[in-house]
Amino acid sequence: MLKRSSFSNRLLPYLLILPQLLIILIFFYWPAAQALFQSFMLSDPFGVRSQFVWLYNFRHLFEDPLYWKSIGITFIFSFLTTMLSLSAGLLTAALANRVLKAKSAIRTFLIWPYAVAPAISGVLWMFIFHPTFGIISRLPTQWLGITWNPILNGNDALFLVIIASAWKQISYNFVFFIAGLQSIPRSLIEAAAIDGAGPFRRFWTISFPLLSPTLFFLMVMNVVYAFFETFGIIHTVTQGGPGGATMTMIYKVYRDGFVGLDLGSSAAQSVVLMIVIVALTLFQFKYIEKKVQYAG
Amino acid sequence: MKLRQLAVFLVMGFGVMFMTSDLMAKPIEIQFWHAQTGALEESLKKIVNAFNQSQNKYVVIPVAKGSYSETMNAGIAAFRSHNQPHILQVYEVGTQTMMLSKAIYPVYDLMKDTGHHIDWKGYLQPVLSYYEAANGELQSMPFNSSTPIMYYNKDMFKKAGLNDPPKTWEDLGKVAARLVASGGAEYGMTSAWQTWVMIENYSAIQNIPIATEANGFDGLDARLTINNPMLIHHFERLKQWMNDKRFVYEEREYKGPQAAFISGKCAILMDSIGAIGALKHNAKFDWGAAPLPVEASNKEPQNSIIGGASLWVLKGHPKEDYQGVADFLAFLATEDMQILWHKETGYLPITLKAYEKLKSSGYYQKYPAQEVGILQLTRKAPTVNSRGIRLGSFPQIRDVMNEEIEMLWQGKKTARQALDDAVSRGDELLRQFEKRSE
Repeated sequence: MLKRSSFSNRLLPYLLILPQLLIILIFFYWPAAQALFQSFMLSDPFGVRSQFVWLYNFRHLFEDPLYWKSIGITFIFSFLTTMLSLSAGLLTAALANRVLKAKSAIRTFLIWPYAVAPAISGVLWMFIFHPTFGIISRLPTQWLGITWNPILNGNDALFLVIIASAWKQISYNFVFFIAGLQSIPRSLIEAAAIDGAGPFRRFWTISFPLLSPTLFFLMVMNVVYAFFETFGIIHTVTQGGPGGATMTMIYKVYRDGFVGLDLGSSAAQSVVLMIVIVALTLFQFKYIEKKVQYAG
Repeated sequence: MKLRQLAVFLVMGFGVMFMTSDLMAKPIEIQFWHAQTGALEESLKKIVNAFNQSQNKYVVIPVAKGSYSETMNAGIAAFRSHNQPHILQVYEVGTQTMMLSKAIYPVYDLMKDTGHHIDWKGYLQPVLSYYEAANGELQSMPFNSSTPIMYYNKDMFKKAGLNDPPKTWEDLGKVAARLVASGGAEYGMTSAWQTWVMIENYSAIQNIPIATEANGFDGLDARLTINNPMLIHHFERLKQWMNDKRFVYEEREYKGPQAAFISGKCAILMDSIGAIGALKHNAKFDWGAAPLPVEASNKEPQNSIIGGASLWVLKGHPKEDYQGVADFLAFLATEDMQILWHKETGYLPITLKAYEKLKSSGYYQKYPAQEVGILQLTRKAPTVNSRGIRLGSFPQIRDVMNEEIEMLWQGKKTARQALDDAVSRGDELLRQFEKRSE
């Protein structure tokens, strides 16, 4: 049960949450309301002419096969990015937890990539994999016999942005996983070891279930990350190309709004994006959270 | 004691601030928002400083606002909150949006109202025509204008036993084949900014429209016409060349293509005249510049068209400010400033006088590559098909063209399918724009 704090002054708690409330009002509710309003309007960028068009922007959006394609790409991209960064984060955390020497140095090295901005992560991976000036771009072509060209091939490009996005998030996941692993009572693991369980079995039957709250939290965070924060990576690496193969929903909001100056459509897209992410998070809480074991 | 010192400092500081602000209050400030960075920004500042020192009534304040689209967005947001700068630099694809915005003070009117008698005939016409309204009145001041030309690796040409750069596309096909066969180059040619070079400039040079309504100059109901037999043939040919390494696609913009040329992966590069600087710095071989190739049947090729950006004057400031704005724009167009700008950045000089002066000083004998663009741009008077493009949502239309051409390069569509789809998708964007502008 949650503890109830008691304040002597009844106004004080409201006063204390006021700054946070103001920040959310100004930086979330106000722009969100603006976006909702703008999504019902058709206007020129300078705001000289605008007309109220009801749901025209939404209708137009959902009649556009490219928007559906963008939704599909976003889901594939988010799913793969989340899976990849979660499993790599878990693997490194499980391994690092067993390391005996230079523990903190190794951890620090593994946490470092989180300090890299998404855009820079994108540029770094581009420098490695660009078909013309990438340092190891010739490797897959010449040694493995795979034609690799993220500039021209949509799947290669999507693969590249997924790798760059997942790589950056591994550190974040690592931190939470290792904290989760350390909070598992040693006695449980030792008891299992005495009973003859090997490291794999100990991990899957003891550590993994006890990590489920962490895993669930990270899943929500990673999905949100893949939806919104990967903008910088896509912007620096592919700009949504080639042929729209990496045009995620968030990048399309930017392209249509800031480059195309189609504010109505861009606003409608942000509203759709907002609904999708709220629905997804609710879904996660309703169905996946049931499987989570909050022990302790 | 420390507190006391601090207080004294503060009082003194404020005092100085008030005094200087009082002195500074005399000249009128003119806000100039631009998108130039790096070396270009330095050159721009030189011009602005020269203007500020040439008189004491006005002070132009240049403010870099990021990329072209960021600068345009900043200007739009500022206009909506009534905080707009006097001068806003906008890229050429934003021309239609600016023209319809009702937020601008057309340069032609501005110059007339402020008593500047400008001989517009003395300007490079293909540069002006891009920014003129249908009635021929100039809407914005051309600032940084470029045009695409062809660069070739002379060392590789020599190795393949070639001397002169190809003049026609057919020659280019043969030359590229020899370059690849000679083993000097892995690929024959590549192009930066493919929609600008292969669609917009190709069409202008061939004197065919890319859209109805005189490329959009005559009305918002324009439709794209880029699925014409000539362009389909052109792209089929490029695709064919791609299969035997005569052509290689690097990317939509310029970094990949330039890198391919500079690293010697590719013998020929089509790119903006703005690339001259990068090649001078980075190319470790002997290279030359030539006009873009034309079709063999085209005996009198048209002028190419420009890219770059122009300066828009925004409405809503006191009348006396605009005298300063006009003086500044006139100062920009003076020979000395144009020569400085051209020499430092490689962008075109916008007046004929500046060009003549450069020519007589022997500048182009020393730097022949710098003249190729100007000659290509001025070889014929612009026609309705080669004076420029006036389409709404043009940045998005370029995206669509790029996406569809990439489908062709990937082998997912034929040239005809790709261009047909680019037309139907582009027309949809044009209709949306038309609806928004009602």
